[in-house]
Amino acid sequence: MSDHEYQPTSKAGKWFNDRLPLLSLVSHLKDYPTPKNLNYWWTFGGILTFCLLTQIITGIVLAMHYVAHADLAFGSVEHIMRDVNYGWLIRYIHSNGASMFFLAVYIHIFRSLFYGSYKSPREIIWIIGILIYLLMMAAAFMGYVLPWGQMSFWGATVITNLFSAIPLVGESITTWLWGAYSVDNPTLNRFFSLHYLIPFLILGLVVLHIWALHVPGNNNPVGIDIKKPSKDTVPFHPYITIKDIFALLVFMIIFAGFVFFAPNVLGHSDNYIPANPMVTPAHIVPEWYLLPFYAILRSVPDKLGGVILMFSAIFILFILPWLDTSKVRSAVFRPIYRQFFWILVLDILVLGYVGAMPAEGIYLVLARVGTIYYFLHFLVILPVVGYLEKTDPLPINISDAVMSGSSNLSIAKKDEKKV
Amino acid sequence: MKKKFKLLIYFSLSILFYSTKLLSAEAVDPIKIDWSFKGYTGKFDRASLQRGFQVYKEVCSSCHSMQYLSYRNLGEPGGPEFTEAEVKAIAASVEVTDGPDSQGEMFKRPGRPSDKFVNPYPNVQAAAAANGGAYPPDMSVLVKARKGGANYIYSVLMGYEDKPAGVILDEGVYYNKYMPGQKIKMPKVLSDGLVDYSDGTVSTEDQMAKDVTTFLSWAAEPELEARHKLGVKVLIYLILLSILVYLSMKKLWSRIDSEI
Repeated sequence: MSDHEYQPTSKAGKWFNDRLPLLSLVSHLKDYPTPKNLNYWWTFGGILTFCLLTQIITGIVLAMHYVAHADLAFGSVEHIMRDVNYGWLIRYIHSNGASMFFLAVYIHIFRSLFYGSYKSPREIIWIIGILIYLLMMAAAFMGYVLPWGQMSFWGATVITNLFSAIPLVGESITTWLWGAYSVDNPTLNRFFSLHYLIPFLILGLVVLHIWALHVPGNNNPVGIDIKKPSKDTVPFHPYITIKDIFALLVFMIIFAGFVFFAPNVLGHSDNYIPANPMVTPAHIVPEWYLLPFYAILRSVPDKLGGVILMFSAIFILFILPWLDTSKVRSAVFRPIYRQFFWILVLDILVLGYVGAMPAEGIYLVLARVGTIYYFLHFLVILPVVGYLEKTDPLPINISDAVMSGSSNLSIAKKDEKKV
Repeated sequence: MKKKFKLLIYFSLSILFYSTKLLSAEAVDPIKIDWSFKGYTGKFDRASLQRGFQVYKEVCSSCHSMQYLSYRNLGEPGGPEFTEAEVKAIAASVEVTDGPDSQGEMFKRPGRPSDKFVNPYPNVQAAAAANGGAYPPDMSVLVKARKGGANYIYSVLMGYEDKPAGVILDEGVYYNKYMPGQKIKMPKVLSDGLVDYSDGTVSTEDQMAKDVTTFLSWAAEPELEARHKLGVKVLIYLILLSILVYLSMKKLWSRIDSEI
C-alpha cells in the first residue's frame, strides 16, 4: 500500500511497526500525493466522513434513551427532547445530520459524474460508493421509522408493501419482513436493530472506498493521469487536510443553521403525530432525499413495474463505468456531455419535486417524462455521446493547465466563447 | 445548443411555478402573526406564556391532554417561569392517581411538580366517545405536528365563521375556514371575557388565542430559547474559526504554485 519504505525513528516505533505497520499507514496517509488542482467539490469526501461519524456518535447516545416499542417509541423521543440533558441537540443533529449526509453525498456523486471519476481505473471505488449510497438509503429509511409517528408508520407500510409486488412469493416475503401481518411492533424492533447495524457496514465500506482510492490516487478537475509524486501533486497533509477542514467548517455553519434555527423544516409535520394504523395521512411522502426515486416508482401504473424501475434507477449506476464510452474523464473537455450533465441534474431535481406532489395530472406527466429521460441519459445518451463527441484537447499535465489560469474555469470559459 | 438548454430550463421552471399555484389555490393560507419567538434570537413573551397556561388550564385542558409535560416544566427557564411556590400550587390543585400502595390499592393524592400533566380522559377511546367520535389530539407537540405551526393553530382558533350557503354540516361539525376541508369537530370555544386574566390584561378572543398559541408553541419546543441562544454562539464560533482556518490555508498554499 505504501509507495515508499517508511522507517520509524524510535526503536519502540520500529519494533511496533515491524509487527503491525500502523505507523507506515499513517505516514502513507500523510504523504499521499494529491493533485494540487482539486477544487472544493473534492472536499465532500472528508465532509462525508464527518457526517458518518456524527451520525454514529449521536446515534449511540440516542439509543441509550430510545425505546424500540410501538407503544413507547414516540414517548421516548419526547423524553429525549424534554428530559435528557441536551437531548434536543443530539436528536436534532442526528435527524438533520441525515439530511446533511445526503446533501453531501449527492454533491459527491454529481462531482464524480461531472469529472468522470467513475471511469477506468476507478470503477471499483465507484461501485463501492454506490453500495454505500444504497446502505445509506436503507439506514435513513429505517431511522425515519423509529420515532413511530404517522409518516414513520405509513412510510414503512408503503415501502415494505413494495415487496408484495414480487409474483407468487411477494405476500409471504412482506409478512416475513414485517414479522407480523402488518407493520407493527416486531417491524419496529428489527428496523431498530438494522438501523444500528448498517452504519458500521457503511464504515467498513468507507475503508474499502478509501483503500481503493489510494491505489490509483485521486482523479482531478482536468481528469488526466498524472505522475505521483510530481510537481502536479502536493502531500495530503497539510495541504489537503487544511482545505478539507475549511470546507468542513463552512458545511458545519449550514448544518448548525438547520439544527439551531430550523430543526424541523426538512421533516414532515405529520411525524409529530403518533402512529395510527387506522388513519392514513393525506399524502404519504418520504424524506426529500428519496423523492426522485419515489417519483420514478409512482410514474408507472403497474406496481411491479414501478418497483422494478425504481430499483433499476439505482442499479443502473453500478454499470455506469461501462455505459460511458468516452475516454476523456472530465466534462471540462467534453462540450456536449457537459450540457447533458446539467440536463440530468435538472431532470433529477424535477423528479424530486414531483415526488413530493400527488401523483396526478401534470405531476404524473412530469414524473413520466423525467423517468424516461433518466434512463435515456444512462442507456442511450452516454454511450452515443461518447462515440460522437469531439472533445477538446487535453493538457499534458496539471501544472500547464494551472499556469494558464485556473484549473477549469478558464478552460471552461474559453470553451464557452467557442459555442 | 446553449440557447436551447436555457430555454429548456425556463420552460421547466415555469411549469413548476404554474403547477404550485394551481395546487395552493385550494387551501386558505393561515394568518401570519409576528411571534416574539420567531427569528434567530426569538424568545417567548413570559407574561403571554403565563396567560396562555391559564387559558389552557381553564379551557383546553377539559378535553385536550398534554401528556409529555410535567408541572415542573412550568417553572423551568425558557418557559412560563412560574415561581417554585406557584408551580407547587398548580401541581397540588390536581388530583393524581398513584399506587398501588402496600395493600395493592390505587389511591388519589394531590399532584407534585414531578407529575406529568393529568389527562382529562382515562384513554383515547373515552376521549373520542365524549367528543362525538373525534379524539381531541394531545397538545404536547401539536404546534410541531401541524403544517403552518403557531400561525395555523392561531388561525384555527380565530377561523370560526358562519357556514357559507351550500355547505352542509353534520350534527356536531363546525365550519372553520383554516381547517383542511373547512370542517372541524371542535366547537368555537373562545369568546371575549371567557377567562379572567390575573395580570389584568383584557381577555379578548384575539388575546386569548395569541396567548394560548404562545403557550402551545413553548410546550412543543421547550428548548427553543436555549436552542436559539446556543445557536448564535455556535455560529459566531464557527464563522470566526472558518476565517482563521481560511487565512492559515491561504498562507500554507502560498508555497504552492496553484490556486485553491
